[in-house]
Amino acid sequence: MSDTKEKPATAEFPPPVKWVDDRLGIGKLGRKNLRKVFPDHWSFMLGEIALYSFIILILTGIFLTLWFKPSMAEVEYQGSYSLLKGLHMSEAYASTLDISFDIRGGLLMRQIHHWAAVLFIAAMMVHLLRIFFTGAFRKPRELNWVIGFGMLFLGIIEGFIGYGLPDDLLSGTGLRITQGMIQASPVVGTYMSFFIFGGEFPGDDFVSRFFTVHVLLIPGLILALVTVHLFLVVYHKHTQYPGPGRTNNNVVGYPLMPVYMAKAGGFFFVVFGITALMGALLQINPVWLYGPYNPAEVTAGSQPDWYMGWLEGSVRIMPGFESEFWGVTLSWNLLIPALIIPPAFVTLVALYPFIEGWITGDKREHHLLDRPRNVPTRTGIGAAFITFYGLLWIGGGNDLIATHFGVSLNSVTWFLRFAVFLGPVLAFWVTRRIAISLQRADNERLLHGLESGIIVRSPDGSYSEKHTPISNYEAYELTARDRLVPYEVGPETDDNGVRAPRRALNKLRARLSRFYYADAVQKPTAAEIEEAHSHGHDDDLHELTDSDNFHEITPDRH
Amino acid sequence: MSEKRTSLSPARFLSARRRHRSAGLVVLLFGLLAVGSAYAAFAPGAAVADNSAQSQQIEEGKKLFAVGCSSCHGLNAEGGGNGEGDLAGPSLIGVGAAAVDFQVGTGRMPAMQPGAQIPRKTVAYTPEEIEALAAYVASLAPGPAVPATDSYDISKATDEQVTRGGELFRTNCTACHNFAGKGGALPNGRYAPSLMNVDPKHIYEAMLTGPQQMPVFSDQVLQPEDKRDIIAYLNALQEQKDPGGFGLGRLGPVSEGLWGWLVGIGLLVCVAVWIGAKGVKAKGAKAE
Repeated sequence: MSDTKEKPATAEFPPPVKWVDDRLGIGKLGRKNLRKVFPDHWSFMLGEIALYSFIILILTGIFLTLWFKPSMAEVEYQGSYSLLKGLHMSEAYASTLDISFDIRGGLLMRQIHHWAAVLFIAAMMVHLLRIFFTGAFRKPRELNWVIGFGMLFLGIIEGFIGYGLPDDLLSGTGLRITQGMIQASPVVGTYMSFFIFGGEFPGDDFVSRFFTVHVLLIPGLILALVTVHLFLVVYHKHTQYPGPGRTNNNVVGYPLMPVYMAKAGGFFFVVFGITALMGALLQINPVWLYGPYNPAEVTAGSQPDWYMGWLEGSVRIMPGFESEFWGVTLSWNLLIPALIIPPAFVTLVALYPFIEGWITGDKREHHLLDRPRNVPTRTGIGAAFITFYGLLWIGGGNDLIATHFGVSLNSVTWFLRFAVFLGPVLAFWVTRRIAISLQRADNERLLHGLESGIIVRSPDGSYSEKHTPISNYEAYELTARDRLVPYEVGPETDDNGVRAPRRALNKLRARLSRFYYADAVQKPTAAEIEEAHSHGHDDDLHELTDSDNFHEITPDRH
Repeated sequence: MSEKRTSLSPARFLSARRRHRSAGLVVLLFGLLAVGSAYAAFAPGAAVADNSAQSQQIEEGKKLFAVGCSSCHGLNAEGGGNGEGDLAGPSLIGVGAAAVDFQVGTGRMPAMQPGAQIPRKTVAYTPEEIEALAAYVASLAPGPAVPATDSYDISKATDEQVTRGGELFRTNCTACHNFAGKGGALPNGRYAPSLMNVDPKHIYEAMLTGPQQMPVFSDQVLQPEDKRDIIAYLNALQEQKDPGGFGLGRLGPVSEGLWGWLVGIGLLVCVAVWIGAKGVKAKGAKAE
């Protein structure tokens, strides 16, 4: 199936290509890389959504920069939106209104830009979840995980700064909250706030500063990271799901040219099309409704864009603790939910590949993906992460949840205060148990085959169901994984009676490793499969001729 | 139940049916109806005949009040408990006609059940009855009167006034009612209701009287023309078609995020699944 046979490089290039090739030498490069094989699966296209959204962001962003005026200078609005006519506002806000109402296609571009931003970060997150649950971050791809995480982080900052640029009431309120969080950092808070805003909030500088960061610095960084990210994908080769013919040492799929060129190109246009449709049909960030920013005003439903929602929620559900030491007020109500928990959570997720690697002691390269059920503890941890994030996220919209579901705002908040601790634990436990049962079901299939639905009554009166064996392909798919063995702590002392160094750390590691692998169901050994098949009960249906193959396809990798 | 069931002449019909099982009941009903109508026609008319129209209205209002409101607000609108020491309805002495017109005119009163907040619902009284109730409550002690029609007449509002109303709205109202007047949450199950499709008179009265959780914006705080401009801005918001397409409820980024995830990412993942499935099958079938 894999199309790895290369055509001999006999064919002369057509003249224009030859002209370019003579000067740039792309022929050799292209021949190798255009034939690069990628595996095929829909979940491998999630990162592409992010990439394409990023391209759309750049294209529409360039359009917007042509008319957006990053200036806090005060002007009187005289554009065509009558409800704000004659109001004094910053040039940034006025030019955003002009883009929305007086520039042809401006509103569409603004809306596509904003929807693309929403999708960009959502797609990165979905992509991250796919990588997480399939274990694609394991050696050798840990650094690419960190790079991807860096892009997600930068994307969120980028999005938030973009949200702040129009200087409308909503974005100004968001910035005010951010400034409050900055100020809550002990000792340096006030200095940092003055440094960022060039004086008292909001000041005259932030729009022009944020603009440069938004259109130049962060997009440049993301672009550089995208390049490295993709280069590493090519260098490491793409991971693949276990399946017939797929091993840790090959890649089964189709060549970049023409199959993936066509697929990816087509997908780009689909992404662009859907984003454009959303931009054309669904109103997003109606800045004209919010009005110009004025520190004396605020609106109900002041929320950040969705990717900052969990931070907002974290602050919203935090009780209002404050304490004072020697004349210094420590605002725990901001310190904990904004400056301690989110960075800690983000760091934990960013470093997860290294943490898992250390716990499991796994130093091997992995190019075959895990099915989530086969690593129940990791899958459970992932579910716990999602639950934690999701609950904080809900907290960010607690007011709308209260009004739309007719419950008390306070009940939502109090529920979340407990759920944010209990929910992840519950999610971990439930998910892990589900994964383990799925593993058991897989083993059942391997050993006994499929339930045929045919009930047989034996002469002595007992009933049993006939099982049909599963195909070799499926058996391979189910068994193409490693046996999970907990890390061993080793003897307390060596031969000479000297205590092993870093004993406590190693013990902790072994304990964590046992926790990690404790209840995972090991795949059956070849002998067990053979045993099950040869001593299969009542089995005229079993064709045992296949059992030899199981020896081949379930080699123990240790 | 009678005439249309037969083509007989009325006299013959009645005589034919006089021994009918329910004949007695019908006669009784007719008798009651006749006495009742006669009483309604003569007795009350005689009682108020020489009073002024206003005191008649107050008297009517008092009766309506005794039937529909007094169980919570007390027989003389002095406020009442629920028998367990909690306040069932506050005293209405001094709240003025505007408060009654707002509460009853938006259907909030009579309340169905006590709760964190009494919701807007179908109006239970006719305009005349509401006027009577308002006149009665206003007669108890002075309070804000129902505003005159021209004080909330926004048909002549200029663009400048509407813009000014927007500024006032953002300064005084959006914190609870949201930037588009869509309402928002308040603590403990209370909420600021949506201001869309509300009668301008009722918005005016709400500002004047501060119903339920709302603070009072007296004429000294928001002058009558301020109130009118705010109403004009709200009306403009309501009339405005969302230029960007479907407005997603004008609720801000939360609904945008929801749509981005459910529609945007949802659709894109579906397409990814479709493309993924497409390639494998078509190509796989050929290769095998």
